[in-house]
Amino acid sequence: MLYETTIVFIAFLYLGVLFAIAYYADERADAGRSVIASPYVYSLSLAVYATAWTFYGSVGRAASDGVGFLPIYIGPTLMIALWWVVLRKILRISKQNRITSLADFIASRYGKSALLGGLVTVIAVIGILPYISLQLKAVSSSFTILVQYPEIVMPTKVAALSTRQDTALWVALILAAFTIAFGTRHLDAAEHHQGMVAAIAFESLVKLLAFLAVGVFVTFGIYDGFGDVFARAAAQPKLHAMLTPLGGVAGGYSTWVWLTVLSMLAIMFLPRQFQVAVIENVDEKHVNKAIWLFPVYMLAINVFVLPIAFGGVLRFPDGSVDADTFVLTLPMAEKQELLALLVFIGGLSAATGMVIVETIALSTMVCNDLVMPVLLRTRGLRLNERSDLTGLLLGIRRGAILLILLLGYLYFKLAGEAYALVSIGLISFAAVAQFAPAILGGIFWKGGTRTGALSGLVAGFAVWLYTLLLPALARSGWLPSGFLEHGPLGIGLLKPLQLFGLGGLDEISHAMIWSMIANVGAYVGCSLLASPSADEHRQASVFVDVFKQGGGGARFWRGTASVPDLYHLLARFLGTANADAAFGDYARARGLAWPDQRLQADAELVHYVEVQLAGAIGAASARVMVASVVTEEELTLDEVRELLDEASQVVVYSHRLQQKSSELEAATAELREANRRLTELDRLKDDFVSTVTHELRTPLTSIRAFTEILLDDPEVDATQRKKFLGIITKEAERLTRLINQVLDLAKIESGKADWVQSRVDMKEVISDTLAAMEQLFKEKNIEVDARMPEGVSAVFVDLDRMVQVMLNLLSNAVKFCDGERGRIEVALTESDSTLRVDVADNGRGIRPEDHEVIFGKFHQVEDTLAGKPPGSGLGLHISRQIVEHFGGRMWVESALGRGARFSFTLPIGAAP
Amino acid sequence: MNGLENKGQRFVALCMLGIVLFNYPVLALFNVSGTILGVPMIYAYMFAAWAALIALMARVAEGPE
Repeated sequence: MLYETTIVFIAFLYLGVLFAIAYYADERADAGRSVIASPYVYSLSLAVYATAWTFYGSVGRAASDGVGFLPIYIGPTLMIALWWVVLRKILRISKQNRITSLADFIASRYGKSALLGGLVTVIAVIGILPYISLQLKAVSSSFTILVQYPEIVMPTKVAALSTRQDTALWVALILAAFTIAFGTRHLDAAEHHQGMVAAIAFESLVKLLAFLAVGVFVTFGIYDGFGDVFARAAAQPKLHAMLTPLGGVAGGYSTWVWLTVLSMLAIMFLPRQFQVAVIENVDEKHVNKAIWLFPVYMLAINVFVLPIAFGGVLRFPDGSVDADTFVLTLPMAEKQELLALLVFIGGLSAATGMVIVETIALSTMVCNDLVMPVLLRTRGLRLNERSDLTGLLLGIRRGAILLILLLGYLYFKLAGEAYALVSIGLISFAAVAQFAPAILGGIFWKGGTRTGALSGLVAGFAVWLYTLLLPALARSGWLPSGFLEHGPLGIGLLKPLQLFGLGGLDEISHAMIWSMIANVGAYVGCSLLASPSADEHRQASVFVDVFKQGGGGARFWRGTASVPDLYHLLARFLGTANADAAFGDYARARGLAWPDQRLQADAELVHYVEVQLAGAIGAASARVMVASVVTEEELTLDEVRELLDEASQVVVYSHRLQQKSSELEAATAELREANRRLTELDRLKDDFVSTVTHELRTPLTSIRAFTEILLDDPEVDATQRKKFLGIITKEAERLTRLINQVLDLAKIESGKADWVQSRVDMKEVISDTLAAMEQLFKEKNIEVDARMPEGVSAVFVDLDRMVQVMLNLLSNAVKFCDGERGRIEVALTESDSTLRVDVADNGRGIRPEDHEVIFGKFHQVEDTLAGKPPGSGLGLHISRQIVEHFGGRMWVESALGRGARFSFTLPIGAAP
Repeated sequence: MNGLENKGQRFVALCMLGIVLFNYPVLALFNVSGTILGVPMIYAYMFAAWAALIALMARVAEGPE
């Protein structure tokens, strides 16, 4: 026997356990050891999706059309496959912008628009009312049925029999009190309700276990396994059609598809799903496990739906028992008191879980996005001057929870009786599906604007009202039903269930088609027509590019503020302790203490405070409040565009940086090479100095030696004296020549040499030089052969320098010529653009490895037999410098014993 | 980022696979009389395909990035 008091006691005991779990979890969270920081708890909390609809309604739906309950769970599974792409993005955006609810998300995306936030809140509240009424209906009717035990009487008949108190109202009030105690004990800046999440996860376990218990009992206790249930169902004419339901009892495939689409959207955009999946998420990584654990949960809770549904139809063939109650009435009919009680608790947990999370989510929206923006703008209330608003915020939320539940109760009274559980819930699904274009468009399409989102939502919601909510109210007799059948004012085309004559569809598919056309059409159309404001442009970029940009919107602010103002603002909404903690965190992150004079009220701090505040009162209100204490300079649209361009340029910069660093590497290599050459040159300079010193000392030593002899010994005879003086003169001349050449070289190398350029006929230069040296050739008995064609082109060079080069080459040739039969060949040739001069001798030649060396400073080819050749060793070096200065080249071709041919070229005509 | 994108693409592919599995005309192929292990064809197919899809999602979700 089950007494009413026993049932009530156990129900309250269960609620008490929930409260204890929530309390424990909150305590643990305050101690920094969160119990919900686990992917398993996260997955279980997502299962708040399974409500009384799932617990009682699925069986009811299955009993009428077989597969109709499944798309509600398969759709979400398909959507969850996209979570990796979609939910992770929403999560990242929400965490960066401190989003507190679905309305906050949409308002924030479209330029922190308070109007949009309010609209979303209104749609959500009205849209969810049927869903809440469904929970109230399920709890109150399961209670009413259970207290009749062992009789099985439907609630409608119970009400007719006695003047019982209104169970649904009591359920609504108790749930309101419980939710208020549960979710609004204190104000959390991050809108985290750790205790609630822990309790919801626990509820998910309870309802799953209860449902599985009934399933196992029915399938294996009453019947003999799945095969037995289905075999008996096949024998029943009423159930036979359900074995091939698609295209038959379950409606066409379009019904199936639309239910799937609807559920795909619902799993993302139901306020309570957004709450647990996004707002209450503590770690993005939990999504990884939830992606498959949550679908496994949905699969598990659906396995026994068909056996229970078919079993119920078989057990109550006369149709006196509502299929929505089979989960409860089957154990009752089999006299399983404890199991029936467990089912009641399971159903209670499914309903309370939904109501708690949904009303907390909605109350946050009502408070942050509907009431506060209005109150803050109402100057008469002087809210801006109140020092502590936390009490007010909590009060608004508590009031909102009570109001929402009472409205849910009202809807239950108005329209709840006429519909099955699933049909009531689907109306809510269709309402929240209206958020899809604004949110999905908002996170993937920068072009979506506030006007677009507003018009899309208004259009979609209006169609929903007209095609789903009004017919639901009309069916229950609260509106004249004539307009359903004939259309308003008798206009047939406007019939709510066959809008514009579109018939042959079920209500939900029909409403979804028209509302989505209106919604998406208006959203896209108006977005393309309206140009976005600076705020919208900025927010669009913050949302769409959340994975590309590092941080929030701090860069987009310019103005002046003071630290105390910002602190007091935060303290008013969060309380002093929370504000101190927030500023402490901020200061610590910058290596400062709090309070600290050095803390700057810069864009970053203002943004930080706005984000903290957004956590308590929503983005739109937070923006208004922050604006009240700072003097902000509006950024123009162009400036925001510029900033955004800068952001995209960061990518370009990083590419360039890479390029720069490789260039730097190349430059480093070049520098290293230059340094090596410098070191080499330094060494050469040292060599040069020591060589020059050595070369100077040799003539000086001999000059000194001979002068000393002459000085010390006056007896030296005249011939001897003349010979000595001759040597001294020669050595002095050699010294002068050497010094001149060194000076000359220094001039050329430092670029200070005076070059007098003019048109020079090389033939003339060669002839003159040969003429000047004629005496020398004769003395040495050297035969000279000069071959110079007539009319060679002129070159643009320094005449004296060219004579110097020729003298040098010819005197070298004389020096190294064969002693006996010396022969020198001079040739002048002209090719395309150069003149070439060759001076060849028939001396002993130069070893190939010395061909370059001889052009260096002081390099002379020493021969062990011949000793050091006469000359300074600078002549060839200087000659080459001169030729190269005029753009020519000088080189030598030679082999040992075959003489040497020195050649140089000069470019024709061109001035260098 | 490459690994993350790769994972995202696999999930999108799984979603598309799911849409094909739970849509006309594949569903119509199984919407016929007959049973598998005593379970009517359409229900056996739906639960099996659903379970398989979840298994694939688990594999991708828990796999390396």
